[in-house]
Amino acid sequence: MDQLLINPDYPHILSTLIFLPLAGALLLLFVRNEDFSRYWALGITTLTGILSIPLLKAFDPTTSKFQFVERMDWVHSLNIQYVVGVDGISILLVMLTTLIMPLCVLASWTYIKTRVQAFMVCLLIMECAMLGVFMALDFVLFYILWEAMLIPMYMLIAIWGGPRKIYASIKFFLYTLAGSVMLLVAIIWLYIHNGYSFFIPDMMWQNYSSTTQILLFLAFFLAFAIKVPMFPFHTWLPAAHVEAPTAGSVILASVLLKMGTYGFLRFAIPITPEATMTLAPAILWLSIAGIIYGGFTALAQSDMKKLIAYSSVGHMGFVTLGIFVLNTRGVEGAILQMINHGITTGALFLCIGMIYERTHSRELRDATGVGKYMPIYVTFLTFFSLSSFGFPATNSFVGEFMILAGTFKHSIWLALAAIPGAVLAAAYMLRMLQKIVWGGTDNPDQSWLTDLNVREICVLAPFLFFVFWIGLGAQPFIDLIHVSVANLLDSYNAFHGHAVAAADLLIH
Amino acid sequence: MEIQTVSSVKLLIALLVPLIGTLGVLFVGKNENVREGVSSAASIILFLIVASMIPTVLSGKILVYHLFTVLPGLTVTLRADGMSMIFAIVASSLWTIAVYYSLGYMRAHQEHAQTRFNACFALAIFGAIGVAFSDNLFTMYLFYEVVSVCTYPLVAHAQDKDGYAGAQKYIVYLTTTAKLFLLPALILIYVLTGTLDFPHNISEGLFTGDTKSWIIIMLYIFCLFGFAKNGVMPFHHWLPGAMVAPTPVSALLHAVAVVKVGVFCTTRTMLYVFGVDTMHALNLGIPTAYFVGFTVIAASVLALSKDNLKERLAYSTISQLSYIILGVALLTPAGIDGGLIHIVNHAFSKITLFFCAGAIMIAHHKKDLSEMGGLGKSMPITFACFFVASLSMIGAPPVAGFVTKWNLLVGSIQANQVGILLILIASTMLNVGYFAPVTYKAFFGKRPEGETYQGIQEAPLSMLIPIVIACTISVLIGIFPNFMMQFVRAVTG
Repeated sequence: MDQLLINPDYPHILSTLIFLPLAGALLLLFVRNEDFSRYWALGITTLTGILSIPLLKAFDPTTSKFQFVERMDWVHSLNIQYVVGVDGISILLVMLTTLIMPLCVLASWTYIKTRVQAFMVCLLIMECAMLGVFMALDFVLFYILWEAMLIPMYMLIAIWGGPRKIYASIKFFLYTLAGSVMLLVAIIWLYIHNGYSFFIPDMMWQNYSSTTQILLFLAFFLAFAIKVPMFPFHTWLPAAHVEAPTAGSVILASVLLKMGTYGFLRFAIPITPEATMTLAPAILWLSIAGIIYGGFTALAQSDMKKLIAYSSVGHMGFVTLGIFVLNTRGVEGAILQMINHGITTGALFLCIGMIYERTHSRELRDATGVGKYMPIYVTFLTFFSLSSFGFPATNSFVGEFMILAGTFKHSIWLALAAIPGAVLAAAYMLRMLQKIVWGGTDNPDQSWLTDLNVREICVLAPFLFFVFWIGLGAQPFIDLIHVSVANLLDSYNAFHGHAVAAADLLIH
Repeated sequence: MEIQTVSSVKLLIALLVPLIGTLGVLFVGKNENVREGVSSAASIILFLIVASMIPTVLSGKILVYHLFTVLPGLTVTLRADGMSMIFAIVASSLWTIAVYYSLGYMRAHQEHAQTRFNACFALAIFGAIGVAFSDNLFTMYLFYEVVSVCTYPLVAHAQDKDGYAGAQKYIVYLTTTAKLFLLPALILIYVLTGTLDFPHNISEGLFTGDTKSWIIIMLYIFCLFGFAKNGVMPFHHWLPGAMVAPTPVSALLHAVAVVKVGVFCTTRTMLYVFGVDTMHALNLGIPTAYFVGFTVIAASVLALSKDNLKERLAYSTISQLSYIILGVALLTPAGIDGGLIHIVNHAFSKITLFFCAGAIMIAHHKKDLSEMGGLGKSMPITFACFFVASLSMIGAPPVAGFVTKWNLLVGSIQANQVGILLILIASTMLNVGYFAPVTYKAFFGKRPEGETYQGIQEAPLSMLIPIVIACTISVLIGIFPNFMMQFVRAVTG
């Protein structure tokens, strides 16, 4: 296959990354010692993180082909294969996952007090499934891992969650499952019409009929829009976030939501380009609706986790906006913003979790005025909040800047419609920040609170590092994704036989 | 291009000094004297570094220092040219004076959280210096936002109901306008021109001929309102609200650093992003002058009605800031000269006025003018300085403000705008109307009933000396305007 590159220096690196956490989880099942579980999970996730570094070093940013490919037969009679590979679209998401996981383990060190061993097993299985989803090039492999993620995530919420954990976990499960069912139908249709093959690259840029494309696209859309979540498919998210333990929220926000937008880029656009073109305007305005709706709803929350959850709806609206303007700036910005959202929102959930561990409340009014007693904490919180609303020189600014630049190229009115979302983001983040750092004249007594300990600082520091690295020098990250994005858009434009420049009404 | 650029690390050092000062203040916060020593040392070092750049800039060179490349065309780069130096000299020299003044004020007032206060003060100067030395719109936007965020703790300093309400209004106005107007303007200019770097002269701007004119006009309006720190109506209301801050904050930030960041950004954008040629071609100048002319008059009228001294000064600031934009918007050499030199003239005079207001607060614990009748006899130096500085606001020779007013009047005649001339004359009358009674009542007015002013004397020397220094400089730059005018001439060429 000419889309695949095998790297002889690292022939099995992707499989190692996928199966190391799984092996770690299986071995951990046989040990019943809480402390050992913690160190073991930290060791395994850190090792996975370290092993993923060569991936970044050996990645060839000059080609859009899938790299580090491993391919073997799995179920021969159905032509199901085990094929994994990464390209510019998935590499950063893989790196994000391997970065987040050890920090999640570290953040759960004292937060999780019951069934520690089971919790760590869930985290490790999650890591295996998430990495697999971003690497899978066979649709059955993808689908199995996509569904497999639900179970540990369900358990994370249902066992270690808050008071309404059963409601939240079932809602999460049903929503995501409902979305996936249509995806399965689409996969089977594609299997039959592609010579009984589940190999994803072969399905792209084919001339399916218009009606078929629309139907396929809608199937994809349902699955991915729920995962993103796009307005109005978002209602499972606040419930799940609020009830999930900190590590669950972080994984959910940082990695799981990205699978929806990753799905759009990997499947919806290449497999159904004609339907993408037809339906893109609707999705763009749906994104704007999500940006504005998420902003207003976040502004009204008194529960900090809900606030961040709704802010995610808004931020992910920016990501889908960037994807569906279908130009280089927009799509590159969207991918970068996926990473940025993972870093910033993940860090914010960690911050909220640290307050929750102390006050056992997620209510904003119980956390008012802690600035005086937790100066290190509020310093971190300030930087992450600024990043969240796109303060210049932080990571989210670059992402939003590129997305809006792409949107301006597409349509000036669409971009102007998204701007109030940026204002709202500043409003709700500054409101939360003001309340936590300063409060008002009637703050509860917070003098008993202790500031962050070394472990907590170690958890947050890497996030802060990336906030400023991407914020001040995003080019190396964009270089990684550029060729793949260019290839995606070139193929898309070639498919339609015209250059996207026709939509450039501004420049001329 | 005959202008030579020189890479100089001095720019980076100038930027880092206030930042290191902030960290130093936080680090040694417990020891008051050491902490104030750090602030003071940082301010003096900053001033010396800025001063050391003067010869190079005056020789016609531009200092540049590149820091980060975020994306191609989107960089964090510093530059020092004539226009930067105007603001940098003002901000750094007044910081040295304000450090001593706030030391006296905060201790006499026994204010809480002085470490936080000093740290944020230095951080605000960091932002102001960053704005002054910005080489492109992105860097300027970055430091503009830094100033917004870092001054919030200063406005909310009292941490009472009024403090929080004022600070909320402050941050809401400034961030909303920045996000709503500046952000789209920034991105759209980048999309249209592929760069945000300021050119080296004021005529060409960034736009090429093939950009639609309605888009440029829209961007121009976005920039005018986006930099809401310039106090142009209708987005001026944060400024009187911010007067809840301690007086040194009102003095340095709301007379010098913060508001001047606003007008500096506005005029920098007018001259270096849009450029005189484009503004002429699209006829943007004169309408802008009339538009801000409304602010000049309206704010003066409002100032007349204020009894609270700081509020009166706040409205006076709003009015005077619009002078600067008005002058530049005339687009004539004298107009631009008058506008830009007013950044300097207004700063020294207005800081004197605020310093005096603070001294009265400390000595007399009163904020309202109606309670200051006859106070001049107890505090003669303070009120004498107040009088001299208000002459500058009015524009009477030989104080600094006269230089501004002269140039503005010449500029309006050069531009053939009788309307602007009338606005300037009317505003001068109004200035007399709201400033003259203050000193008159203080020296010749009756004491309020039951008031004896017993035991009231001048504020501590640590406050009085900065007042006298600032006042003296206001007079000196009125008599010898050429030193600062050199930098203005470097801009207008």
